[in-house]
Amino acid sequence: MAVSSLAEQQRIDQLQMRGIVKQFPGVLAVDHVDFEVRAGEIHALLGENGAGKSTLMKILYGLYHADEGAVLIDGVDTAIRSPYAAIQRGVGMVHQHFMLVPSLTVAENVALGLKSSRGWRLDLDVVSKRLNELSERYNLKVDPNVPVWQLAVGEQQRVEILRALYKGAALLILDEPTAVLTPQEVDELFQVLEQMTADGRAIIFISHKLHEVLRISQRITVLRDGRRVDTIPTSGATKATLAEMMVGRPVVLEYEQQPSNRGGERLHLNDVSALSNRGELGLKEVSLTIYGGEIVGVAGVSGNGQTELAQVIAGLRPTKGGTIAIDGKDVTGKPPSQLQLLGLSYIPEERMEDGVIKEFTCAENFVLQDHGRKPYVSAGFLLNLRAITDACRDAIRQYEIKTPGTETPIKSLSGGNIQKLVMARELSRHPQVLIAAQPTRGVDIGASEYIHQRLLDERRQGTAILLISEDLDEIMALSDRIAVMYEGRIVGIVPRAQATVRQIGAMMAGAELEVS
Amino acid sequence: MIENILAPSVFATCLRLATPYLFAAIGEMFGQRSGVLNLGVEGIMLMGAFFAHYVVLSTGSLLLGVIGALIAGLVMGIAVAFVNVTLKAEQGISGIGVYLFGLGMSELLFKTLVGTPRSVSGFPPLHIPVLSDIQFLGIGQIFFQHNLLVYVAFALVPISAYVLRRTPLGLMIRAVGQNPEAADAMGISVTRVRYMTVIFGAMMAGLAGASLSIALLNVFQQNLTSGLGFIAIALVYFGRWRPFGVMLGALLFSFVNALQLQISAIGIDVPSEFAVMAPYVITIIALVFASKQTEKPTALTKPFDRGE
Repeated sequence: MAVSSLAEQQRIDQLQMRGIVKQFPGVLAVDHVDFEVRAGEIHALLGENGAGKSTLMKILYGLYHADEGAVLIDGVDTAIRSPYAAIQRGVGMVHQHFMLVPSLTVAENVALGLKSSRGWRLDLDVVSKRLNELSERYNLKVDPNVPVWQLAVGEQQRVEILRALYKGAALLILDEPTAVLTPQEVDELFQVLEQMTADGRAIIFISHKLHEVLRISQRITVLRDGRRVDTIPTSGATKATLAEMMVGRPVVLEYEQQPSNRGGERLHLNDVSALSNRGELGLKEVSLTIYGGEIVGVAGVSGNGQTELAQVIAGLRPTKGGTIAIDGKDVTGKPPSQLQLLGLSYIPEERMEDGVIKEFTCAENFVLQDHGRKPYVSAGFLLNLRAITDACRDAIRQYEIKTPGTETPIKSLSGGNIQKLVMARELSRHPQVLIAAQPTRGVDIGASEYIHQRLLDERRQGTAILLISEDLDEIMALSDRIAVMYEGRIVGIVPRAQATVRQIGAMMAGAELEVS
Repeated sequence: MIENILAPSVFATCLRLATPYLFAAIGEMFGQRSGVLNLGVEGIMLMGAFFAHYVVLSTGSLLLGVIGALIAGLVMGIAVAFVNVTLKAEQGISGIGVYLFGLGMSELLFKTLVGTPRSVSGFPPLHIPVLSDIQFLGIGQIFFQHNLLVYVAFALVPISAYVLRRTPLGLMIRAVGQNPEAADAMGISVTRVRYMTVIFGAMMAGLAGASLSIALLNVFQQNLTSGLGFIAIALVYFGRWRPFGVMLGALLFSFVNALQLQISAIGIDVPSEFAVMAPYVITIIALVFASKQTEKPTALTKPFDRGE
């Protein structure tokens, strides 16, 4: 059973999902959805977070069980009750969070769950050999004998794809595969996908990035709130129509570039270094100045020091050298509480971990920092619950936060609404300096649009904003200047007007800034 | 003086005393490698020790005694797996429950069925032609005059290492302990793997108890194990979840035990309490310095939930 020749592999000419329903406690995640994919086709599944894309695909992969509906493979009703059954039927999945065991080697990860050709003994040499054949065929270079934790994210994705191919996937589901890649790596991935469809495989491409969907797919199915809006051929689609289908109303995709009204120097970093969680130098001698009324975007593949940069400025991570100044005042090593008094606000990237306390109500989360200050305190030491509720209610109204009330536990809100509340809280102090780390990650387009408008408002009012994002479109749309990080350093800072995606992408992969 | 303290008999005793540690710790290691911490090892050992002893007392058959211990471990193991894997209980707490259950139950059974401590004729030392008679450096005495269970326990070490490293089963166990979501996505049943390792571990704990009550001491009394099962858990950490590391730890502790016996035997006046405390102190020091890295199963104590 050599895997290298496709002729011996399973083939799926057509896979249909019919009337799929999946109910989670309190939520109808998937509501009578029909979906179909054919051999040789890339079918994009587009939708906001929570629209039901991942749930639908987890049903197809056997991780979840549908309450209603059927899966038909080549016209035959096929129950896929487990990932094992899915793999047997030729369905493979590359998950958004890679399903690799870090301590195992590439070959061991591939061998995981497979029958060994030597019975009860492992046959890693055989696996490695076949793996090399496959990686040659698809130009997906990896060393089978390296432990996975030593690989970069892009390489880990290659392992995931190779593993699915190794297991004979005739249909491959890719869940947000481009989220962790540089633009150049995206190009490479797309070439691989095209070759796979040329080989007669079917591909389901899950994404919320419109331009990628338009570029790679032949058909697009849009989901919204668990329902299928429509399935359309890509040739007839535009960004605007797709966005409207996703959100249910017209959406602003491009922002007016108003000239920056640059003020004085607000935030200054001078040769700042810091350790990462692994104890290595994650931030290396970073120098950066941000002026009032401008947005400096930080682009980079995740894990290149962006997290450390944000935390160091927010006072949550100690520096290993260098100085940080706000308004010319040295604040290196100052705790977050003092930084807040100096006008710093911070929207953390892990909003559920660092931004809110999940079990607390909206109102309690709204005063997490200011609970000890007026007007939220009465008699000197008692919480003024009325003032807190009132302030929170104002914020809910002003920021259009969808919540049953101020006393609702924040964990029951959607990601976009939680982020709006965090933003409302941080902006309520009228900051001089705002650090926004991944402000729209996992946030639906509607809320993203709102958050972007708010950031632009703040810019207009003279706030110095550091915007850290892995979404290059977001960086390009909002920034006045773009700083690119690679391996803990800022490899270059480019004015937005002169920046191109190609150039920024090359810098994200470590290329130095070319001075032209 | 030194010759007296480091006599061949000390090393022979060291190997013998390592037996219960090895059974219990190697078994526990498999459970932990798959992500389940069974803190109840001590209680399962007591049950295994009692049943082995009681069966031998009633039937005179050592084989049946061993089988009794294995069945006691099996039953306890199924219960531990059910509580920790299926019911997703807090493993630190459920383990204490299992320990207290084993402690109380073995004592109750002992008082009801046996009454007073009685010795049995346990596993005899095997005489291996030629090897057992080697006089040079006391090699015969140190290595080749032991009972069967000692050899089984030490054989378990390379076998375990081979299973973990070189078999699909070992790969599954490691994957389930490191990243159960990934294993699940690859079509492996996390629940089944964890049941297997936990039950195997409990059976080995039962055997560890048997090695005390029908091979090493040949007697049962209440709380016979007196903390040995907890040391075995610590040894898994000490050995960094590797069979040979666990063996090294087991030998270190049993050597300290053996030394303590020898020192008091030749009449040196060291308060015996010191020697009793020593292994525990060493455990804590070793844990502080040694347990922070490498093959620690990252999903240890974390129940698996697909989120459906």
